[in-house]
Amino acid sequence: MLNAAGLAFVVAGSRWHQADGQVMFVFILAMAAAEVAVGLALVLQIYYRFKSLDVDAISEMRG
Amino acid sequence: MELTFYIAGAVAVISTVLMLTQMNLVHALLYMIVSLLAVAVDFFVLGAPFAAALEAIVYAGAIMVLFLFVVMMLNIGKHAAETERQWLTPGIWTGPAILAAILIVEVAWLVQGSYAGLGTGATGPKEVGIALFGPYMIGVELASLLLLAGLVGSYHLGIRKTEIPEIQHDTDTDERRADTSGDLVLAGTDRSARTA
Amino acid sequence: MINGLWLIPALPFVSATLLILFGSRLSRKSIAAMGVGSIGLSAVVTALVAIGFLTAPPPGHAYTQVLWTWISVAGFQPQIGLYLDALSLVMIVVVTFVGFLIHIFAAEFMIEDESYGRYFAYMNLFVASMLTLLLGNNLLLVLLGWEGVGVCSYLLIGFWYREPANGRAARKAFIVTRVGDCAMMIALFLLFTQLGTLQIQDLMQRASMQWPVGSAWAFAAALLLLGGAVGKSAQIPLHVWLPDAMAGPTPTSALIHAATMVTAGVYLIARTHVLFSLAPGAQLAVGVVGAATLLLAGFSALTQHDIKRILAYSTISQIGYMFLALGVGAWQAAMFHFFTHAFFKALLFLGAGVIIEAVHDEHSIFRMGGLRKKLPIAFWTFLAGGCALAGLPFLTAGFFSKDLIIWQAWSAPGGHPAFWIAGMLGAGLTSLYTFRLIFRVFFGPVGIPVTKRPGVAMKVPLVILAAFAIVAGYFREPLLAFLHSALPATIEAHAGALTETGSEAIAGLLFVAGLYLAYAFHLQKRSFSDALVANPVGRALDQWWFAGWGFDWLYDKAFVQPFVWAANVNKSDFIDAFYTGLGRMADTSYRWLSSTETGHVRWYATAMAAGSVLFIAMVLFV
Repeated sequence: MLNAAGLAFVVAGSRWHQADGQVMFVFILAMAAAEVAVGLALVLQIYYRFKSLDVDAISEMRG
Repeated sequence: MELTFYIAGAVAVISTVLMLTQMNLVHALLYMIVSLLAVAVDFFVLGAPFAAALEAIVYAGAIMVLFLFVVMMLNIGKHAAETERQWLTPGIWTGPAILAAILIVEVAWLVQGSYAGLGTGATGPKEVGIALFGPYMIGVELASLLLLAGLVGSYHLGIRKTEIPEIQHDTDTDERRADTSGDLVLAGTDRSARTA
Repeated sequence: MINGLWLIPALPFVSATLLILFGSRLSRKSIAAMGVGSIGLSAVVTALVAIGFLTAPPPGHAYTQVLWTWISVAGFQPQIGLYLDALSLVMIVVVTFVGFLIHIFAAEFMIEDESYGRYFAYMNLFVASMLTLLLGNNLLLVLLGWEGVGVCSYLLIGFWYREPANGRAARKAFIVTRVGDCAMMIALFLLFTQLGTLQIQDLMQRASMQWPVGSAWAFAAALLLLGGAVGKSAQIPLHVWLPDAMAGPTPTSALIHAATMVTAGVYLIARTHVLFSLAPGAQLAVGVVGAATLLLAGFSALTQHDIKRILAYSTISQIGYMFLALGVGAWQAAMFHFFTHAFFKALLFLGAGVIIEAVHDEHSIFRMGGLRKKLPIAFWTFLAGGCALAGLPFLTAGFFSKDLIIWQAWSAPGGHPAFWIAGMLGAGLTSLYTFRLIFRVFFGPVGIPVTKRPGVAMKVPLVILAAFAIVAGYFREPLLAFLHSALPATIEAHAGALTETGSEAIAGLLFVAGLYLAYAFHLQKRSFSDALVANPVGRALDQWWFAGWGFDWLYDKAFVQPFVWAANVNKSDFIDAFYTGLGRMADTSYRWLSSTETGHVRWYATAMAAGSVLFIAMVLFV
């Protein structure tokens, strides 16, 4: 999804020959990297705690 | 030029679909890498060589590799493939398919009629650099703060207090060591008082 | 001296206020000094006022003292005004004097109670309200005193409030008399709207001028006033509260429910006698109520076990005599009977208090016995009071007053032989139940041994009251003559075959008959009375009369249960439903919303995707 959004930005920047599209893409990239790092750390924690990566097994915060 | 664009686009879409339906996790990630590289080609065709390079280096080269590292570290392998086979029934695809269809319709409606051909000239790294360290300076600093936060957060979240049962060290048979490899604090210490 | 009239209700009122405010901090001696002393001072002032009134009668034999204007609205200016004439003078003399003796008795009787100050505060407040009632010159002030004595009666019946039964009895008294009070208030509204004033003397004048004899307004007003009197004086149909009111301390029963409060109804009718003269139908109703009550209560008293309940039913019966007298137009006779009855009934209640304390809080006469040797003073004074109640010829006051009523039930303009027969029958019954009580309690084998003997403060009032119970009868002629100035005289309309002495002779015979029957059944051969009760007919009658002729059962079925049913049905009415519905709606929507929080990540992702699709669609197309 992030990639798709970045694609849209680059296309827009290229259409009007401005660097701003690529600048936005760079920011999206940085954000994606940070997000993946944190997200994978969470995945590790889930695996350690629940011994499986079944996303339905971690539904303890029920209403 | 335009043909390259469409072929690369098709490759990207197809490899993404294939990624979604794979049973084997590593195969899915590899397909994802293919999709990202295809998008990088698209960037190059559109006249954004810097974005293309970054896509290949950072996205495909760093982020996806990180995914692969984690997958291989957790060593799920065959068990995951079997469970995926159980869970990925055809019926699962109805909801997402409907939603995606609606989205495609919306996007198509949005972009209709605004067709401009591929522009001439590429916006290279120089222009991007000037823009980044000029008007977008604050964004750069914020992005670096974000990365710092991500670093600290992932370090902290990665601390493991409990032991993983399946990782065994059987080098020393007469001394029973507690596995402290994942624990940054206790790594390398001899906790022979505790049983494994 | 007459100017000190306002002190008479003011002194007990001040004492009550002080005791309410500071009672918990004072010692028992101070409380007793204030509580008893205020009534004593009031009695002294009453004596002085009486002397002044008698030696130098004010013009028209009536003295009015206006203290201030209470309310001042267009067309309606009731005052705080006191009105003294022969009627109110007689009553306040009795109230303050008997009240004083009862307070002395209570000072010792209640000495061990923990709420000593509260008791005297309530008693003083009661006396103050009663005096206000008696001295008020307009019906609104009378109503103030009326409500005040009702409140104090409630407070005093439920004095030992930790027992739920006492609270129930207090509530019953208050609610039943409230029914009567409502009738009285409607009467006040009627009188005010029709005649334009509530000043009693003006009212009587305007009524006699504007309303002809037999007018519907007078009838309505008089009937409603009768309704109020019936409640306060515990006559049929509102008599059910008095036997249960015996849950209060004995001095309270003596003061309120024998001598003073229950006679407020008699006072009211005597005060507004002009209205009753204008409405012969209402006056007949008064007489009928009185006659029916005196018989009904007499039969009920015959079957009771609790000594205080016997005396309570006896009070109801004697006030029935007063109502009977009022009904036939024998106004002075009614007041004379009130005068004597206050003495001997208070005496009987105080004696009962001594007895109950002596046998360690036992109330049933069937478990007592042979007390006359151990409690001699109590015995002789009780005997004097009992003979007065039963009407021992020539020696006791009760004989003179009761027989006057019975004779005038025959001979007065409103008299009727049926009333005379009822009165005679009642006299026989009175003698029977009184001596049943005396023989069971004081004679025969000893039932429960005596543990406590009365002290001086309890014996002296007994003796004084006993002396009056005997002597008061000789006041008859002077008293009746004195009351002439306030109440119309009763002329002998039709004597026929009977004379007054003849009537007295028959009454005396009935006294002896009752005495002998009581002796036979309750002393000589007690097995007779047991056999009487064992007999099926006897037992049925016994149980029916014991339950007060079933009035409590009737009221429960007719009023209490439908009301409770309606209240239960109405517990969740539509207004309630609205507010509970609001709560329930909040609860339901909470439950719906919280069910979306499943904890499943895939569900959340789907929700986000669907939400964003919806949002984009809205932005684009709407």
